[in-house]
Amino acid sequence: MIAPLIESEVAAIVREAIKEHGIQRDALIPILSEINHKLGYIPGEAFREMRKQLHDPARQAYIAESQLYGLASFYDMLSTKSRGRHVIKFCENAPCHVVGGKAIWDGLRETLGLENGETTPDDKWTLVTTSCLGLCSVGPVVLIDEDMYGNVTPEQISKILDHYE
Amino acid sequence: MIKKRAMILVSNDPESIRLGANEIVQHLNESLTAYGLQDEVDVSTVSDIGNSNILPLVAVYPEAVIYGPVKTSDVRYLVEEHLYKGRIVNDLLAPPKMLTGQIGWLRGHKGYNPAEQRIVLERAGRIDPDNIEDYISANGYEALGKVLGEMTPESVIDLVEKSGLQGRGGAGFPAGRKWKLVRAAQGNKKYIVCNADESEPGTFKDRIVLEGDPHVIIESMAIAAYAIGADEGYIYIRGEYGLAYRRLEKAILQAREFGFLGEKIFGTEFNFNIHIHAGAGAYVCGEETALLESLEGRRGEPRSRPPYPVTKGLWNKPTSVNNVETLANIPAIVRNGAEWYRSIGTPSSPGTKVYTIMGNVNFSGVIEVPMGVTLREVINIYAKGMKPGSTLKLAQTGGSSGSIIPAVLQDTPMDFESFRKAGVSLGSGALLICDQYTCIVDLVKVLLQFFRFESCGKCTPCRIGTQRAYEIVTRISKGQGKLEELDTLLVLASEMERASNCGLGQTATVPIRDMLKHFRTEVEAHIRSGSCPTGVCEMVQEVEKI
Repeated sequence: MIAPLIESEVAAIVREAIKEHGIQRDALIPILSEINHKLGYIPGEAFREMRKQLHDPARQAYIAESQLYGLASFYDMLSTKSRGRHVIKFCENAPCHVVGGKAIWDGLRETLGLENGETTPDDKWTLVTTSCLGLCSVGPVVLIDEDMYGNVTPEQISKILDHYE
Repeated sequence: MIKKRAMILVSNDPESIRLGANEIVQHLNESLTAYGLQDEVDVSTVSDIGNSNILPLVAVYPEAVIYGPVKTSDVRYLVEEHLYKGRIVNDLLAPPKMLTGQIGWLRGHKGYNPAEQRIVLERAGRIDPDNIEDYISANGYEALGKVLGEMTPESVIDLVEKSGLQGRGGAGFPAGRKWKLVRAAQGNKKYIVCNADESEPGTFKDRIVLEGDPHVIIESMAIAAYAIGADEGYIYIRGEYGLAYRRLEKAILQAREFGFLGEKIFGTEFNFNIHIHAGAGAYVCGEETALLESLEGRRGEPRSRPPYPVTKGLWNKPTSVNNVETLANIPAIVRNGAEWYRSIGTPSSPGTKVYTIMGNVNFSGVIEVPMGVTLREVINIYAKGMKPGSTLKLAQTGGSSGSIIPAVLQDTPMDFESFRKAGVSLGSGALLICDQYTCIVDLVKVLLQFFRFESCGKCTPCRIGTQRAYEIVTRISKGQGKLEELDTLLVLASEMERASNCGLGQTATVPIRDMLKHFRTEVEAHIRSGSCPTGVCEMVQEVEKI
């Protein structure tokens, strides 16, 4: 996911996503989500490709890159910046906070040497906060890529991180 | 359906999976094969059954014996004893004290002990959500058949109005009236939209329904569509709910196959289809007009109202947007009638409410109880009391924008009417229970951080207001606040309530107001003596930029 992007690859991913979700306006977020899922983020080339491939004079359809960027930057699950191989999302909302969330957040920051939004120099980890993930009965909650960890204690942090290559 | 002698359900919520639920299923299948029981016993998974302390759970039906927590090494012994020899394994039984009320240990009549009474969660955790036959055999699609076969759209709306069902997304708008408005609106094309963008912190009731009983949403949406005159529906589900999305996708395919969706449903002239649309992470999209914007492929910025979605909604067509929990009540109302529904709950707020309980209590999870149960009852009966050494200081009801209730108000009945009178909001049904070690300033700071992050930025009062309020409360938490800033907070609050475009900015002020109304001395202690009474806030001497 971190390998340098080849433009033709991005074009192919965009083409595939458009094929699956269509060219209507309401397909834009699903297309962006798909690109984000495949590449880990949405590079500038992808916006360019989407603009080109969605351009359809017959339907008088034209979408600007700025509109696509506006969408991608609005939604929290879409990233316009490259991220590490693994993204750690920490729930910072009240239900996790009152059951000891702060100690977990401090532990993650210390263990990884990262602040919110930063990526380690070896591109392994990106640490971000997130809003409620709906797993509040097992707070504090940490999401790593697509794996959920609940009832996390500070002692478990390094053990959990060890699972990842 | 093939007759089976027994059915085993394994919990497969994320926490159970982390603790090895998938391996347990695998071991179960292997052990059943080893004893030659594979054709007699069904193994299936269920989502969160409302408990989190004794996961992973293994439930064996028809005896409804619940084992937990179960380790993979227990599995073979469990199969040998219970399913082969027919003896219950006492050592592995889940401690009854840790189980929720769904075992039926409380009486279910009005005027007695508050009972957990399941309408919305009737089937969640009891049927295999991936199997439409399970749903059908639990009265599934019976209500849709009744509606299409015996009722006119008007009589469906009439029934829902008579039942007194109020929207469960937070605002409490009467569901029947909403449908009536959409039905009466001009236009041939109308939509039903299910709001499954459950993002309110502390709320996961809709996830339990979607993961555990996806067909109930399909059936309800079809009934709603018939009532309002729509032939197309959308489920807008938050992007984080991957499992629920996959379950819904599968359920829709099965419903189509069985003829509950598509053309000429039940041999009538009624056609209906459902699309699912996943969000991409934005709290504000739970607001119905922001949701519609997002569904149309735009930034989720709430629209100006009027016009309301009932006349100009999705693609400017009349649209009914209903919450998951609201919809999940519909089939039961159709089957049992409005009178039956009104016999549950209170006269002004009939029915049940699903609450999610969390915080410093012994049991955290989800319960469904009649409207009108008090906070004290929830804490002492359903949450099994406060954690050892904890006493109740406050509770926040209804998520981030919910009211912060001090312990003295815990006997207020929780229903729309009583809460309105007490100036409290019921919101989404999240109950965050906090003990004496919780600092009110620290809590409100966390809530305001959430709002300033999630504000969409479209309107100034909300964008600037949440930021300024966060700055002030952060200063207070560091011992650098000034008393006059408390007045500033109240001025900010009334401006935000008056001038914000949507509910986010209008209700982000609730925690601020409640903090100053109920806990002013504690806030002032931070300012006057530069110390935090609970010792939570770290006091900082130097002024720094936030």
